[in-house]
Parts: sequence; C-alpha cells; structure tokens
Amino acid sequence: MGGVKTTTKQKIAFSVLFLCTLIVVLPVLFVLWAILKGGAPAINWQFLSTMPREGMREGGIYPAIIGTIYLVSLSVLFSLPIGLFAAIYLNEYAKDNLLTRLIRLAIVNLSGVSSVVYGLFGLALFVNFLKFGVSILSGALTLAIMNLPVIIIASTEALASVPFSFREVSLSLGASRWQTVRYSVLPNAIPGILTGAILSLARAAGETAPILFTVAAFYLPKLPKSIFDQAMALPYHLYIISTQIPNIKTEVRYGTALVLIGIVFSMNIFAVVIRAKFRKKKKW
Amino acid sequence: MSKITTKNLNLWYGSFHALKDVNLSFYEKKITAIIGPSGCGKSTLLRVFNRMNDLVEGVKVEGDVLIDNEPICGTGVCDLVKLRKKVGMVFQRPNPFPLSVYENIVFGLRVHDLAVKKDYDKIVYESLNSVLLWDDLKDRLRKSALSLSLEQKQRLCIARTIAVKPDIVLMDEPCSALDPQATARIEELMRELKNSYTIVIVTHNMQQAARVSEDTGFMLLGELIEFARTEDIFTRPQDKRTEDYITGRYG
Ligand SMILES: Nc1ncnc2c1ncn2[C@@H]1O[C@H](COP(=O)(O)OP(=O)(O)OP(=O)(O)O)[C@@H](O)[C@H]1O
Ligand SMILES: [Mg+2]
Repeated sequence: MGGVKTTTKQKIAFSVLFLCTLIVVLPVLFVLWAILKGGAPAINWQFLSTMPREGMREGGIYPAIIGTIYLVSLSVLFSLPIGLFAAIYLNEYAKDNLLTRLIRLAIVNLSGVSSVVYGLFGLALFVNFLKFGVSILSGALTLAIMNLPVIIIASTEALASVPFSFREVSLSLGASRWQTVRYSVLPNAIPGILTGAILSLARAAGETAPILFTVAAFYLPKLPKSIFDQAMALPYHLYIISTQIPNIKTEVRYGTALVLIGIVFSMNIFAVVIRAKFRKKKKW
Repeated sequence: MSKITTKNLNLWYGSFHALKDVNLSFYEKKITAIIGPSGCGKSTLLRVFNRMNDLVEGVKVEGDVLIDNEPICGTGVCDLVKLRKKVGMVFQRPNPFPLSVYENIVFGLRVHDLAVKKDYDKIVYESLNSVLLWDDLKDRLRKSALSLSLEQKQRLCIARTIAVKPDIVLMDEPCSALDPQATARIEELMRELKNSYTIVIVTHNMQQAARVSEDTGFMLLGELIEFARTEDIFTRPQDKRTEDYITGRYG
C-alpha cells in the first residue's frame, strides 16, 4: 500500500461521508427554510390567540395550540410515573431471567410500532371499551401508551448509567433497596430521565395518527371544558386545513406548521440543554 | 473476645467454589488482616460479614457466621439493615456520593433515622474529627465531595462509615488507590480507630499487613491456609504455602 494511495482513499472516504451527511441535513434545512419563509408572515398575536373563523380560512389557531398543550401535559402525567416505575423495576429489582428479557424485547419492539396502530388501539380500548368517548382523556392516554416504551428505555438507560458503586455504598451503609434507589440512584439519573421524557413528548406533540380517532375535532368553536371533551390539536388541524379546506391562504397553512415545528423544536432544544448541563456537572 | 466467628463457611458463585470450609475468629478491637494472591477469595470472605454477596445472583452460602456469638442471619430472613449498620464497609476505590461533604456523612444517619437533625452537625464534626479531616474541611462542608483529593475522599468514606456507629469496619484494600504517604497516614488512622472498632482489612500489601494488624489470615484458592498472630505469620509460618507466599515465591 503506497502512501499516496492511502491518503487518496482517505480523501474519497471523507468526501463520501460528508456527502451522506449533506443528503441527510439538506432536506431538513430546506423544509425548515420553506416553512419559515411561508409561515412567518402569518405569525402574529391574533393568529396565536384567537379562534378560527370563516371555515378556518381566517382567524387564529388558538384552540389547536391549547388542545395540543392539554394533550401533551396530560399524557406525561400518565406516562412519566408509570414509565419511570417500570424502568426502576426492570433495572433495579427484576432478576435477569427469560421473562424480563422478553419484557425488554417487547418494549424495544413497541417503541418501533407505527403510531397509527396506537391510534387504533386507543380507539378500541379507551374510546369504545372503557367508554371515555372521543375525548382529551382518550387521546392523552393513547399518546401516553405510545410514549411509554420510549420513556422506559430512556429511563432504564439513565438508571443503568449510574455507577454500581453508588448502590453498593448505599446498601453497605444499611440503606434498604428502595432507599438506595430513591436517594443514591434516582437523583443521578433524573437528568437522563427528563431528557428522554421531553424528547418523547416532543414526538407526541407532533403526531397525528394517535389522536385522529381518539380526540381530534375537525372544528370546535369553543375551548374544551373538561378532559371528557373533544379538542382540536395542531397536527390534526394542519392536516385538515391542508387537505380538506379549499382556497385557504398558504400562509395560514405554513403558519400553523411553523407553530407546530416551533413547539417541537423548542422542546428538543430544552432537552439538549438539560443534557448538556448535566454532562458538565457529572464527574464520576 | 471473639467478635466474628465462622464455622465451616462455604460459598459458591454458581458452580464455582469460592470459599472452602473457612473457620476463623476475629477479635474485638483489633485489626485483622487478610492476605493472599489475587482471586483467592479475600473480598468474598469480607463480603460475607455484611452480606454484600447477596447482590450477586446465584450465590450460595453454607455454614455459620456469628457476630457477638449470634448468627448474623439465623434461619430464614435476616435483618440486613441492622446487620449493615453494625458492620460498615470501606471500599477499594474512594467512592463518595456526588453530594456535599456534609451530605455524604449524614447519608447513613438519614437512612437509619438515627439522630434528630440538630445532632447532625455534632455527628459530622465527630466523624470528620476522628478521621482527621475536620481542620481541612470545616470550611468546605457544603462543597462537593468529588472535589477532594483521593486521600481526603477515602478518609471521608471512612467517616461516612463510622458516622452510623458500627461495631466492625471492613476495609477492602482501602489504600490501593493511594500513594505511599497517604497510605501511611491512613494506616495511622486505622491504629487510631481500632480503639473503638473491630477492623478487618484485606490487603495485597504484606508490609501493610505486618505494620497495622495484630492477626493475619492467609488465603489461597478459597481456603484459609493459616490464621495466627501477625508476627508469627511473618516470622514462623507453620504452613509451607504461607512461607512461600510471604517470601515472594508464590504468584
Ligand atoms: N460475582 C462473581 N461471580 C462469579 N465469580 C466471582 C464473582 N466474584 C468473584 N468471583 C470469583 O471468586 C474468586 C474470589 O474472588 P475475590 O474477589 O473474593 O478475590 P480477591 O481475593 O478479593 O481478589 P483480588 O485480590 O483480586 O481483589 C475469584 O476467582 C473470582 O473470579
Ligand atoms: Mg478483592
């Protein structure tokens, strides 16, 4: 192998890798740019804070924003505690046997199931069987179920990254297993758990399929009053105005997309910031 | 008086026989050293006394372990919390929690609900003082324990252990991460502590065993080959294998 040839090979390899990166990044940047350019003119206070008018061709998207916020916050109330406790059980208590390995495998697979499947599952279980109807509750529970695997996986990883010696010391000092989890493991895993939870929420905020059959209203002239009401939600609203409403101004569509992307994006940034902060502090 | 006694102690990791028929007596308020080549079961033996081996899946223990002439875990369930309050442990790597100096020391107190909050300060003072850290750290109690030097960390770990007022302190190669000067100072501390505690120390370092301990046990491949007064072990070993080891003829 001659030296020249090696460096040439290296250059080619780098160029190919760089090209692949571009292929991944460029479309994203282009989409962002298009939405920003098309949507920015529509964004103003009135757009964010008033009801849609004229068959959604005019006015704002306030109820859709509120609906999405309700859905996301209610879903995290279900998914975070359950997911966290499941992760604690799997990582701290469960023996490593066939059953737990099967459970882990199932969780990993569930996280890859397409969201429309969760939507249909939510329709069958929450809307019809448990008779919650098409409601915020049904939608939030459906989103929670969809998020559970992701939260469990992220939390398990966060717990597993806490050094074994913390548990060892704590137990050797006479702490019970639960005290050990509570006082020496969990505090050090919280940032990782939060990051995972926020990322999964960001995903939930942007999904249409799970809320399609369980909560979403085509158009509601008023805000929901309880969790048993239907609600509008941003992704579904975007879908509606893009496909069902003829002659709508493009800037309304782009504006709605921009708000949705803005919410998802800021949640992601928030998660990244938490993680970066934690990395800096972590010294063991 | 005998503080810890084992009778026909056997331990298996799965099918691996790690401790074979160990019979010994450790005496109260003395330092007992356990020496032997790597992998002979020193740590395993130490971890029998506070049942830390329970963390390993597939461990099986047979035989009796008595502390103060009572079985540490009679038949059936045993009170690990009580046992571990009585038998503290210092590990090879200094391993303070990523908390403040103060919080490290009161960790055990909180866990056992041992003292009311207003006594915490006093116990922190006493514990740090008895490991000769008080003067160094009295202005840094709220600082992270991770910012300390290795030696200070190890002293802090000892302080954390004795804050819950154990009877016995188990030390698993407590100086192996430290430099010779720090090692010498920790040994000094051990001699100090033995007035109040029964200490069992595992060490790779035969000079250390000779310097600090009254009794020494020599282990080989899971067996306790010889157990005697330290000076006897080092000057008149009864067993050929002990002699080979301390004269450096063994691996
Ligand atoms: N969790 C475990 N599972 C299986 N075997 C183990 C486990 N822990 C230790 N062993 C084995 O048991 C034997 C004794 O281990 P132990 O850690 O007690 O040795 P040691 O004398 O402390 O060695 P060192 O001086 O290296 O610390 C070794 O052969 C080791 O491989
Ligand atoms: Mg060892």
